[in-house]
Amino acid sequence: MKSPILRIEGFGKHFTLHEQNKRIPSSHNVNLEVYAGELTALIGPTGAGKSSVLKGIYRTYLPSAGKILYRDKHGVEVDLAQADEYRMLQLRHEEIGFVTQFLFCLPRQSTLDVVAHPLVVRGMSREAAREKAAEMLASLNLPERLWSISPATFSGGEKQRVNLARGLVARPRLLLLDEPTASLDPVTAERVITLIEQIKAEGVAMLAIFHHPELTQRLGDRVVALTPPPVASKQPDMNEQKVEVFA
Amino acid sequence: MRKILEVSNLSKIYGKGCPRCIESTGPEADTNMCPHCGSVVAIHDVSFDLHEGEILGLMGESGSGKSTVVKNLYFDQTPTSGEARFFEEDTTHEMFNLNAAQQRRLRNQRFGMVYQNPHLGLNFGISSGGNIAERLLMNDVSHYGEIRERAKELLSRTEVLLSRMDESPAAFSGGMQQRVQIAKALATNPPLLYLDEVTTGLDLSVQARILDLILEIQQERNTAMIVVTHDLGVIRLLTGRALVMKYGRVIESGLTDQILEDPQHAYTQRLVASAL
Repeated sequence: MKSPILRIEGFGKHFTLHEQNKRIPSSHNVNLEVYAGELTALIGPTGAGKSSVLKGIYRTYLPSAGKILYRDKHGVEVDLAQADEYRMLQLRHEEIGFVTQFLFCLPRQSTLDVVAHPLVVRGMSREAAREKAAEMLASLNLPERLWSISPATFSGGEKQRVNLARGLVARPRLLLLDEPTASLDPVTAERVITLIEQIKAEGVAMLAIFHHPELTQRLGDRVVALTPPPVASKQPDMNEQKVEVFA
Repeated sequence: MRKILEVSNLSKIYGKGCPRCIESTGPEADTNMCPHCGSVVAIHDVSFDLHEGEILGLMGESGSGKSTVVKNLYFDQTPTSGEARFFEEDTTHEMFNLNAAQQRRLRNQRFGMVYQNPHLGLNFGISSGGNIAERLLMNDVSHYGEIRERAKELLSRTEVLLSRMDESPAAFSGGMQQRVQIAKALATNPPLLYLDEVTTGLDLSVQARILDLILEIQQERNTAMIVVTHDLGVIRLLTGRALVMKYGRVIESGLTDQILEDPQHAYTQRLVASAL
């Protein structure tokens, strides 16, 4: 039997807001596995804590409970919930990619450089990295006239593609995707889906949040459904603020 | 990545100090001045590691002690207690056990400093090129032509007009003065650079270009940097890890995106929530 690249056991995340004296639950008791060359789909209603799971794995959020067991390229298992900061940075640079819903990149940088950056970090020369980045952008149907300017002024769909290109270009071992086709037109969405199928076939392990059942069905090898955390009866106001305010 | 600096339990107290200074100051006490003896606990028990090529952020409001940390590490001040180890390929320097000459060597050759106030980093009595020459001379580069060439190289790298290199920095704009300071700090190609509020008070467009320059330098030379700033934008743009300070204590540390998106301490939450 093959073993998973990522195994999450009893993951939980809540936010303690000191100023408001509130504890806001997000994810609770999440269990899932992700395998090389397979895609695990994360589904559930808004507020179920799907994004918190991805951010917990990437350690943009500090997990509140549970284990995030990741097996690195040398076969060493590390609990990402406990790993030190340098280990996390190294894994981010070398093995784990994250395509968020929103593009954050250095301002004043050309799109080509934004996409090439993960390759440069991995030690590729700038020219070679830019060449790879150009291939990637072309395959995602981003018009070439946009490549030399900063994505700051791009439309939502264009930014989404830059974000995807940056996440996919370096072929991480584990790729986290937060609604990768959310703001794309049907033609571009189809291209993205084809690309995901392609890198899956190359052996990349993926954990993705999807909202459309047909996407889940088409791409997901496993499906994990999350439910919103239970509301504690003693503090009725705990649930009124959605987790999204942090996103 | 190799560790380049290790700071343990660094403390600096201004004043004579008393046994109750530590317990009577800090974030819980809501002050850094000891009510019993009037001493100021500028920093207490600050520890962190820095790796080659890494940019670490020190954030916090005025008076939190963040500048004091780098001033002690650049030997501008002497700490009250604590240790710092600077690692070179074959040697480890116990920074605060070195004699004055050894400290001067590290300061002049291995470290670079860029202050918020250019008057602290530059000599306004001589030309901009002369400022760089001064640092090169301290490093036994004494051939006039060679110094001139190096100064030109550095100033053009930091985008200072070469036609003005013989003018005093006093005649320059604030942004230009910072560029001369950066050129001077880079003169010896140091593996470690301290940047103390380098963009504070500059126009936004000038800030942006200085920050871009800092990132380019880090990528070109793999220079490790400690960036002191109260500006969360600078922290987000430049740093990979950050420490949050208040009343001389480190109250939180972590990956920069985590500190900004999931701050744990009440003070950090307030700080992040007040960002523009």
